Parts: sequence; structure tokens; C-alpha cells
Amino acid sequence: MDFSSINPALLLASLMVASTAVLIAAIGELIVEKAGVLNLGVEGMMITGAICGFIVAVTTGSPLLGFVAAAVGGAVLSLLFGVLTQLALANQVASGLALTLFGLGLSALMGQSYVGIKPPSTPKLDLPLLSDIPFLGTVLFRHDLMVYVGIALVAATWAFLKYARAGLILKAVGENHEAAHALGYNVVRIRFMAICFGGACAGLGGAYISLIRVPQWTEGMTGGVGWIALALVVFASWKPWRVLLGAWLFGGVTVLQLNLQAAGIAIPAEYLSMSPYLITILVLVIMSFDRSGAPASLGRTFHASQ
Amino acid sequence: MLLKKRTFLAGAATIAALTALSTGAALAQDKTKVGFIYVGPINDGGWSQHHHESALKMVEEIGEDKVELVYQENVPEGPDSERAMTQMALQGADIIFSTSFGYMDPTLNVAGKFPDVKFEHATGYKTSDNMSAYSARFYEGRAVQGTIAGRMTQSNIIGYIASVPIPEVVRGINSAYIHAKKVNPDVEFKIIWLYTWMDPAKEADAAKTLIDQGADVILQHTDSTAPLAAAKEAGGVIGFGQAGDMADYAPSPRVSSIIDNWAPYYISRVEAVMDGSWESHSVWEGIGDGMVGIGEITDAVPEDVKAEALAMKDAIASGEYHPFTGPLKKQDGSDWLAEGEVADDGTLAGMMFYVEGIEGSVPQ
Repeated sequence: MDFSSINPALLLASLMVASTAVLIAAIGELIVEKAGVLNLGVEGMMITGAICGFIVAVTTGSPLLGFVAAAVGGAVLSLLFGVLTQLALANQVASGLALTLFGLGLSALMGQSYVGIKPPSTPKLDLPLLSDIPFLGTVLFRHDLMVYVGIALVAATWAFLKYARAGLILKAVGENHEAAHALGYNVVRIRFMAICFGGACAGLGGAYISLIRVPQWTEGMTGGVGWIALALVVFASWKPWRVLLGAWLFGGVTVLQLNLQAAGIAIPAEYLSMSPYLITILVLVIMSFDRSGAPASLGRTFHASQ
Repeated sequence: MLLKKRTFLAGAATIAALTALSTGAALAQDKTKVGFIYVGPINDGGWSQHHHESALKMVEEIGEDKVELVYQENVPEGPDSERAMTQMALQGADIIFSTSFGYMDPTLNVAGKFPDVKFEHATGYKTSDNMSAYSARFYEGRAVQGTIAGRMTQSNIIGYIASVPIPEVVRGINSAYIHAKKVNPDVEFKIIWLYTWMDPAKEADAAKTLIDQGADVILQHTDSTAPLAAAKEAGGVIGFGQAGDMADYAPSPRVSSIIDNWAPYYISRVEAVMDGSWESHSVWEGIGDGMVGIGEITDAVPEDVKAEALAMKDAIASGEYHPFTGPLKKQDGSDWLAEGEVADDGTLAGMMFYVEGIEGSVPQ
């Protein structure tokens, strides 16, 4: 056992990278659920975003365009969910699960000829002075743009829900859609926008995996991250900063357990492998004891005639 | 009641007639139906892709007019594979190759149900009257890899991405370690177990972690090219192709590879089914038989190291040298092989212990 081989700065830096995909997807799902819609299709939208982004980045040579395409791809797929649940009034749980299965199949089909191809590399945002600060520079200022986009999204979501008028309307729709309707808000349209935002975020998260973290395309490469994102939202009591905490916790334990294994620590590898899931859920369950936050209309179908 | 029984009997008769018909048709066509079960997608760039390419080569060699290839990819190890094989057997496959360790017991079960169908299971050890086991001595390739790794490392830290704790993987770690240590006594192995054969995101994370901890050579027993991508990004780190050549990453970070070459075996076994000479057996072939190939060693490796690695390869191929030759001790310091003693296949087949010098423990 040799802890000296674990460099805390590099550990924290890889924590930021490992948590970004799940963070971006979770923050999108948070907005969707705040609007009272439960979309279980996060995994499907992520993997679709991953392949859309990959295809566009490879054909155009621009990672930035790739991320844009990923967001569009995820949003388009989520529109399908929107049409089913908001217009056709289908069951949200079933539609969401179907969306995941559909997304996994669709992405495998689209990705047939993209296996084994290397995407253009995304430049790191090397801030001249900041990145030279010892320790902090390595931890905070030597990442790709998307890491900061993720954190900025959390801050923006928090501010949007707390201070913006539109954020309050969104929450009203999620808490009591009949009342919001009575006040003259178009519940279906607001929910559609939230669903699209959630899809775009999931797509971005997926593309982060296929374009930066791995980077290559393989079928089913998101490997269940979408489900973790869903769990994070619930256990974080629908609070943006707690989602960030949960994502860091998950990413942190993931890289920590790999580091501990590599350092030859005497804990059996089996326990280390399951630890990210166990610890993240445990901590967030304990934190969610205050039971605040679940939008009252979550998962309920709305029709103006009711 | 009587009527029902009669309907049932009629139905049964129809099925019997149909079966006879289809068998007749098969005989008339005289095409041998060959089934393959893959654990990953056929374009994973590694394990499953190489099985599939070998299968295609087999079809090409024997002739499309004589064999028909059916396959199923992404079949999970366990009960699902039993269903997939049963389905193939019902569809009239004459021989079925199940190409992952975890298909062993399911294959045995299905083989029991279809005594007329031949089964071939890769990398396992169980056999029956109509089920063979075949495997490759990948540890021979690992010995060559370990030699290159030990010579190439500057930091003396070699990272190893291990997949699932079964003897084959443990054997590979031991073989690589013994030979790295032989050429570089200061070498240290850092091992990460991922409990999966293929998960690019996890493989990438593991490779990055190992690199963060100072490894400048990454060995992998997982099937995707993600670790090589991570090595490339980090710079100054080398790796090896696994199962496939992974030549996209040559000349560096991929400096060599272990290639599975199953085609000659598949050709001979399918031909054996066709001429009726098929018999159950258990084979374990290595570099000498051509089942294990060493991919081109690139120019990123100095000439003398390359020569040393190739000499090792030739010595193993000719049978002059065995990668597990004593004196060797187990991790706990107890004696395993005496001076000059060579490990027997039985011990190797069930190897679940590390040799002396490796840190950590084998997950049980």
C-alpha cells in the first residue's frame, strides 16, 4: 500500500472530468422534473447525443459543432417524448423507458460506420496565469471548456429557479399545473420547452463521453450514466447545488477507487468497484431527509379540459 | 376431449413432417450451418471482432456454397446465452462456437439437450461428447509484451488494466510481470480490475488513473481501444493492442499487440464436421501453432529491444522456452516452481494466484 503515489491535485482534476457528463445530464433532468415531467429517457437521449455529436465532429472536424449537434440530437429525441406525453397524454414512465430503449437502438444503428474512428481532439482551455498556480491551477484551470459549462449550468439553473420570473412560472407548473393553467400559463408549452432543455443537456453529457472522456464511439458507451443522473436528481431533493455535490461525489469516488486499486490498497477490488454507487446514494439519502422539493405534479398528466 | 387430443396429434404429426422436410431440405442443400455467439459487438476492434473476422475467413476458405454463417452479437454471459444457443440449435445449426469464458456452463447445458449438434467453447475447460474446448496460450504473448514493457518503462511503473478475475487474466498478469521483472528488476505493477471485458468509459478512466500514478506503459486485458486513446492524449505513454492489432494507434502509443488468430482452427473444425471426423477435444494452442500472433513491433521500440522480444517469441514458438519456468515463488513467498521446472497445464488452467513481487490480491 503506497498512498504517496496518489497525487491529490491530479485526483481532484480527474474528479472534475469524471463528474461532468453525469452533472450536465442531471441538471437538464432537474429542470424537466421541476416542470412536473418525469422523463426516464435520459440514458437514451445521452447515447443519441453521444453519436450525433461524434458524427458531426468527425465529419466537420470541429468538436464545437459536435457539441451543438449533440444538444440538437438530444432535444429532437426528447421532442418525441414530449409529443407522446404532452399531446397524446401517454404514460410518462412507460414513454421514458421506451425512449431509452429507442435511443440505444437508434444510436447503435447510426454509429455502425463510426466504430474505431478517432474524433478531433477538443483543446483544453489553458488559462495562461491561472493554470500556473500550484495545486489549484492543476485542479481547476486546466480543463476543457465543457467542465466549466457544466458548473456554469448549475449556477444558471439555480439563479433561474430562484430569481427569474420564468423560473417561478416553471416551478408553478411543476407544483400545481391546474393552478398555473387557471392563471393563464400555457402548461403544455412550458413543459415542452423544459423537456427540450433536458434533452439538449442529456445530449451534451453524452457527447462529453464520446468526444472528450473516452474519446471514441462504441455501442452503449454511456454505460448507465443516464440512470445515475436520474437518481442524483431525486436524491439531491431537486436542488441544483446538491446535484453538483452528488455528481462530484460520484465522480470522486469513481476515480478514488481506481486510484486506491492502482496503489494496491488492501480493500478487495470488488468492494471498491461498487463503492461509487453505494456512497453516493447513501450520502444523498441522508441529506434528503428533509423531504423538501419534490414537485407536487411530478409525473401527472395534464389536459386543459380537466 | 377426444377432439382436442386428435387436434394435438395432428399438430404433432404436422410438426414432425415439417421437421423431416426441413432436414431433407438441409440435406439437399448440403450446406453446413455454423453458428457463432459473441460477447461484444462485431466491430469492437478487439475480441469479438477477431472471432467474427476469423469466422468470415473460414466461410471464404471453405466456400459460401458449402457453409452458412449465422451469428449473434452482444450476448450476455449466463442464461441469455443459453437461450441464444438453443435458438441456433433449433434453427438447424450443425456446429456452434461460443466465444467467451462465461458461456461455458450454458454451452454444456445446451450441448446436453442437442446431442447431434457440435459445440465449441472458447477459453473454458469443460467438455462433453459433443462439446470441445479451445483456447489460446495468450500468456506466451504476454511474455513478449512484458519484455518490451520492462525495457521501455522510464518510470519503472507499469499499469495493467485487468478485466474479469478468471485464470486467463491472472495468468497474463503473472507472465507479463515475470518477464518485465527479468529485464528490469526495479519494475512495479499497478493493477486495476474493472469487472468487465469492454466498457470504454471505465477503461479510459482506469488508463488515466494509472498514468496519473506514474505509469508510462499500459497493458490491457480489456477489448476496446480507449486505453490507447488515453495513452495517446497523455503523451510519452505506450500501450499494446489487445485481441486485435489496433493498428490505428501505431506506431505509438501502440508499439505491438497480441493478436488472436482463430481462422485456421475454425476452418479445420468446420471441415471436420463436414467430413464427419469431428470429435470432442480440448486444445490449448500458442504462438508455435499460430493461434497467438504478435503484432508488428513498431519503430517506437529501439532495435535491440525489438530483437530481444522477437528472440523471446521464437524461443517460445519453438518450444525451447516456457514462460513459466522456475525458479518461481507464489506471492506469499511459498515455493511454486523449482529451478528449471516448467508449470504444468493443469496448474496454469486454474491459476488464481499472483507470483512473488506483485502487490494486491486476486479478487476471489
